[in-house]
Amino acid sequence: MAREVTSPLDVDRVRKDFPILQRRLAGDHPLVYLDSANTSQKPQPVLDTLTEHYTRHNANVARAVHQLGEEATAAYEGARDTIATFIGAPSRDEVIFAKNASEALNLVANTLASGLADDPRYRLGPGDDIVITEMEHHSNIVPWQLAAQRTGARLRWFGITDEGRLDLAQLDELITPRTKVVSLVHQSNILGTLNDVALIAARAHEVGALVLVDGAQSVPHMPIDVRELGVDLLAFTGHKMCGPTGIGVLWGRSEVLDALPPFLGGGEMIETVAMEGSTFAAAPHKFEAGTPPIAQAVGLGAAADYLSGLGMAHVNAHVESITAYALNMLADVDGVTIIGPDSPVDRGGTISFTLDGIHPHDVGQVLDEHGVAVRVGHHCARPVCVRYGIPATTRASFYVYTTTDDIDALADGLERVKRFFG
Amino acid sequence: MSDSLYQEIILDHYKNPHGRGLREPFDAEAHHVNPTCGDEITVRVATDGATLNDLSYDGQGCSISQASASVLYELLNGRRIEDAFAVEKSFVELMQSKGAIEPDEAVLGDGIAFVGVAKYPARIKCALLSWMAFKDALSRAVATTEGGSPS
Repeated sequence: MAREVTSPLDVDRVRKDFPILQRRLAGDHPLVYLDSANTSQKPQPVLDTLTEHYTRHNANVARAVHQLGEEATAAYEGARDTIATFIGAPSRDEVIFAKNASEALNLVANTLASGLADDPRYRLGPGDDIVITEMEHHSNIVPWQLAAQRTGARLRWFGITDEGRLDLAQLDELITPRTKVVSLVHQSNILGTLNDVALIAARAHEVGALVLVDGAQSVPHMPIDVRELGVDLLAFTGHKMCGPTGIGVLWGRSEVLDALPPFLGGGEMIETVAMEGSTFAAAPHKFEAGTPPIAQAVGLGAAADYLSGLGMAHVNAHVESITAYALNMLADVDGVTIIGPDSPVDRGGTISFTLDGIHPHDVGQVLDEHGVAVRVGHHCARPVCVRYGIPATTRASFYVYTTTDDIDALADGLERVKRFFG
Repeated sequence: MSDSLYQEIILDHYKNPHGRGLREPFDAEAHHVNPTCGDEITVRVATDGATLNDLSYDGQGCSISQASASVLYELLNGRRIEDAFAVEKSFVELMQSKGAIEPDEAVLGDGIAFVGVAKYPARIKCALLSWMAFKDALSRAVATTEGGSPS
């Protein structure tokens, strides 16, 4: 059996960086954490950075003249530099901090729908198409449904094949000169599928459409260079890449960010406010109204540094090897059906599956009783479940600290589940 | 732990559900979904205004939600409406008790097996799904009867 795993990461050493992995759960079970696509665990350097920030440097940013204010501002803006480097952004001003990936996606949908842009290319209206896909997270569906409702634009969808890939047969019919924006997920949070963003972006740009990518699942797992990705906007979140909750990022090409009108109004996003009307700051501050999540941004910078220290190519290779191992192990469990690509090609470390005759909630509950943490449900991607005619799935997802032992515990756990409900 | 959540009674009802399947005639119907997991159930009631002559249901979901629907049928089918509402209230109280109250078997029958579920916040909605749909359907049927409007 070719079950050996070659990983460039020293996983035992990596695991020592994550204090929570030492926890014993109820029943004295060790934690087997297979829910990183939901949120990742946090390494000690990120925890230390948060404590250090609040302990020594806490102040509001960009408005205080005192020393702490300068330190906090330097830390916050320093995190912006770190993130710009992490994703290969040509300019730090292209990095906008948001609350999470959902807010970043909503920012784009709402500003396009607002009708406030000077340039008609950035105003949605009747006669325009918005194109998304059937494998989107609800966060990349609902904002566009609302935008379509508000503006009279039409929402169109790429379908999914039986194998869990985007059906691109209708590429030229779906993306047409009517298309104003194409918004799609890079790596599906339910199927694990890695989409060929560059191919779709090339077609979108042929017809002059904007391309927004939901990178919530891809940015934490692979080296990303926004120049190579060939898209206009990229949304991702901090808490799935070892960072704190409450911080996300929207990257956008300067030209696009300059053309989009503001999203939320408030402090720091203005140039001048007068009773007759206001003018606005340049990006990124134009899109950062109010006191931002300062410590969270600084923590995200520390998370990006931590991942860069491991090497994103190594992170990717590790998750790939664990995914291949898990696909093999799951194939050997009678009754398991993988929902999504069942080979390790062009897929990430998120595997959804069903277990014959046993509801995912029951699978997850019994696994939990043995310390194995998975996610069950529709994973905020209900159209995918509908597409495959299932109410829900069980989902195991992996990261830098995932070991083959974790996968073995999952496979053992599934056998227990079957015995229990058999 | 599985002992307190998955009581043998619950597994029995799950594997051999009582009264399952939608039946006619009925006076009101309610379809409820649990948005967090996609579980769904449809409950129908037939009543002459005093007695619950039939309670039928169909749905898909986890063992807890399906067993709970089976217990609902077993406990309430054929009961007087005021008794049905009283038992429903008692079951909801049990589920919201965090496991702190001693359930009364004389009132709740096999429903007492769900006392363990009340300790799992994520699963309380599963246990209550069919009961909420039932309450909804019966309230509508009663309103129609009392209002005298044609059904």
